[in-house]
Amino acid sequence: MKGRRVTDDAKRSGFSRRSFLRGGAAGALSGGLATGLLTGEAGAAAADADATETVGPGPVEIELEVNGVASRLAVEPRVTLLDGLRDRLDVTGPKRVCDRGTCGACTVLEDGRPIYACSRLMIESAGRSITTVEGLGSPDAMHDVQQAFVDHDAQQCGYCTPGFVVATAALLARHPAPSEPEIEAGLGGNFCRCGTYKGIRAVVAGGKGGGVTGG
Amino acid sequence: MRPFGYAAPATVEQAVGLLAAEGSEALAGGTDLLSLLKDDVERVDRLVALRGVAGLSGIELDGGMLRIGAMTTLQELRDHDGAIAALPALAMAIDGVASPQLREMGTVGGDLLQRPRCWYYRRGFGLLALAADGRSMVAEGDNRYHAIFPTGQARFVNPSSLAPLLVALGAEAVVHGPAGERRLPVEALYQAPQTAEERENTLAPGELLAGVEANVDGSRSAVYEVRQRRSLDWPLMAAAVTLTGSGPRAEKARIVLGHAAPTPHVAAAAGDLLSGQELTPETVAAAADAAVEDARPMSGNRYKVQLARTAVRRALGQAAGMEI
Ligand SMILES: Cc1cc2nc3c(=O)[nH]c(=O)nc-3n(C[C@H](O)[C@H](O)[C@H](O)COP(=O)(O)OP(=O)(O)OC[C@H]3O[C@@H](n4cnc5c(N)ncnc54)[C@H](O)[C@@H]3O)c2cc1C
Repeated sequence: MKGRRVTDDAKRSGFSRRSFLRGGAAGALSGGLATGLLTGEAGAAAADADATETVGPGPVEIELEVNGVASRLAVEPRVTLLDGLRDRLDVTGPKRVCDRGTCGACTVLEDGRPIYACSRLMIESAGRSITTVEGLGSPDAMHDVQQAFVDHDAQQCGYCTPGFVVATAALLARHPAPSEPEIEAGLGGNFCRCGTYKGIRAVVAGGKGGGVTGG
Repeated sequence: MRPFGYAAPATVEQAVGLLAAEGSEALAGGTDLLSLLKDDVERVDRLVALRGVAGLSGIELDGGMLRIGAMTTLQELRDHDGAIAALPALAMAIDGVASPQLREMGTVGGDLLQRPRCWYYRRGFGLLALAADGRSMVAEGDNRYHAIFPTGQARFVNPSSLAPLLVALGAEAVVHGPAGERRLPVEALYQAPQTAEERENTLAPGELLAGVEANVDGSRSAVYEVRQRRSLDWPLMAAAVTLTGSGPRAEKARIVLGHAAPTPHVAAAAGDLLSGQELTPETVAAAADAAVEDARPMSGNRYKVQLARTAVRRALGQAAGMEI
């Protein structure tokens, strides 16, 4: 899996956006920037009676792609992406630490963008593509960023590491050779209580960007 | 989290219809709302997801008019070269939200309508945090991050980094509701509640914020935030200023404080003092003093008065392009 693109924006696995919510409420996603922004008219064409249907609070069948695999499961609307990944799909790389969008241990990529999985309802990620630390690489085929974390001894207790690895991959995809301020800003959403920031910065400064974005 | 229903409307009309029902709440990026639901501070019967609603996301720059859809993420706005070039102060405000994950998830509408950070509110004591005997937990408790301009019983502060800038600019909010569209100054989105039933925003049931519009031509703006930490926290104090006219003279000055009052606090006297004046270290210092003249700090937040002065001076210096 080494070199898998993490910025691949629109990679979807064949299921249509309109059917991602099996429970009925089709969430017609506006494609790109709407024309007629703020005029209140833009949506009229997309009107869809289904879209006013309420699903839940019981389980709702959804589909999403996790680390390249299409997954279908039934979740209650209140289940966060983090809890759904960990407890239902057994994808335990993303960690539950603060559970309030503050520490970064749950960082995953959603359609290539770094997000806090604790602060996204899983139902909101239906039809989208999720990449966790497991999806970047495996122990015998590590992603460049994962390898760099080992090389630079950039972990101590390791609990924040999966989130930092994903955030670092996202940072390097955006800035292949980031400046000091870009590193600081790019990793500003992750917190390490052991204080291994020096090692993590060495990973980033090591110029591993090419491997991350290069495919 | 307690159980709730979920609807994903496709149009603004559908969203408004769903939001009109009691117990329904709009879900944007979820970074604030989900925390409140987890902590049982707020309760909902149904979340109305705005993510798939057409027409709420995007940025348009049309002459000097900047339109930003409410569902535009902070990162999308930060990455829009046209918007940042037209209004560099946007970058000053957004960069303070120093987490890429929050910028990717948090929306402009959610930033403007995020609920107060007051720790009494966040622990379930309500926005006014009044004890059973009517006494203020804030006034008698730990108020180090609270208002220096309390308004009646409201002593929390408005936490939005975008709001002071948009108020200084005189931006308009575009609101959709059961009766159609209405426009109001961003300033009028906010209120200082005086009863337990009132909120800190003026949206009626069924209304949603569709976006904001501002004329960014012919003015210079800046934002200065004083922060204890550079990431994963809100500022202690913030000032946004907009100056019209060029050169060292300000035709008109608008100065707005964030983290100072339950609403973005328009320091009208300070703005008036500078209007028509040349910006010098002396006039700027006088404006900074005027901005806090009527401050009424509580037992633990007197330090914020000086932070406000400093924020005003530095924001003015940045807007005018001078060392102050
Ligand atoms: C650690 C941390 C640090 C932070 N630091 C800062 C900071 O320095 N400055 C700053 O400004 N913010 C800061 N934030 C707050 C962050 O910017 C907000 O949580 C985010 O912008 C909210 O946007 P959202 O789309 O996720 O809103 P949501 O959580 O989805 O919604 C927030 C509220 O607004 C309502 N709402 C949202 N959109 C609409 C709409 N279009 N119409 C009607 N109602 C709506 C929702 O019903 C809800 O009540 C910080 C957050 C965290 C966790």
